[in-house]
Amino acid sequence: MIVKLNLEPIRTTTWSEYATRFVFGGAVTLLAGLIAEKFGPGVGGLFLAFPAIFPAGASLIEKQQRRKKRQAGVNGEVRGRLAAGVDAAGAAIGCSGLAGFAISTWKFLPQLSLWQTLILATGIWTSVAVTMWIFCRRGPKRRIPEGKRT
Amino acid sequence: MIGELLLRFVVGGVIVSLFAALGSALKPKSFAGLFGAAPSVALATISLTVMKEGKAYAAVEARSMILGSIAFFVYAWIVCRLLMRTKSHVLLTTSACLWLWLVCALGLWWAFR
Repeated sequence: MIVKLNLEPIRTTTWSEYATRFVFGGAVTLLAGLIAEKFGPGVGGLFLAFPAIFPAGASLIEKQQRRKKRQAGVNGEVRGRLAAGVDAAGAAIGCSGLAGFAISTWKFLPQLSLWQTLILATGIWTSVAVTMWIFCRRGPKRRIPEGKRT
Repeated sequence: MIGELLLRFVVGGVIVSLFAALGSALKPKSFAGLFGAAPSVALATISLTVMKEGKAYAAVEARSMILGSIAFFVYAWIVCRLLMRTKSHVLLTTSACLWLWLVCALGLWWAFR
């Protein structure tokens, strides 16, 4: 399947939903800094991979799917939940990229400049996450037993 | 102090919102989900930390982030299974499971410190 850009969800997202994401994102960034100050960088660093806006994002996806199905005259409760589940599956795959970002930042930051490190680490995040997504979509090759082949 | 906290809040809010908006505009949904685990908080935090505390301090944070991302994987995988297999409420499930992330992340940190 080809990856497509669809601007419709950006247009239909309400200001309150944008504000929720902003506040959650800002609060977690602030919290990560405060925890690092209080408990040290070891514990503070954990929060750099905190699922900050995941609940808000998944809930938004569910709402949009339900709205879409309701317009078509169908109760979209199950569809909404499944769409949020697929989003979670994507996030689980994306964690490989997140780990790649963390490893490259840890290894390259002492040697390179801040901007070089962040550009390199973001590139590694993208390539690892996309490669894993392609790999997981293809899945393992299923072997059909000899007797069951028709 | 207040100015620094405000800057952290605004930078974090803007970067996280941008990644979330980009993720919501992509199809299929499993690909958009990759942006749910984007390093948005890290991008905002690391640059501010390097400016204040130096590179060595930020590198230690990045090392701990590896454990945080393993905890995120466990969280996302369990949330996915719950949403796909049970009739659980989306916001309730995703929010309640944040405790799972916290326990897993702190457990890993305690084991590998």
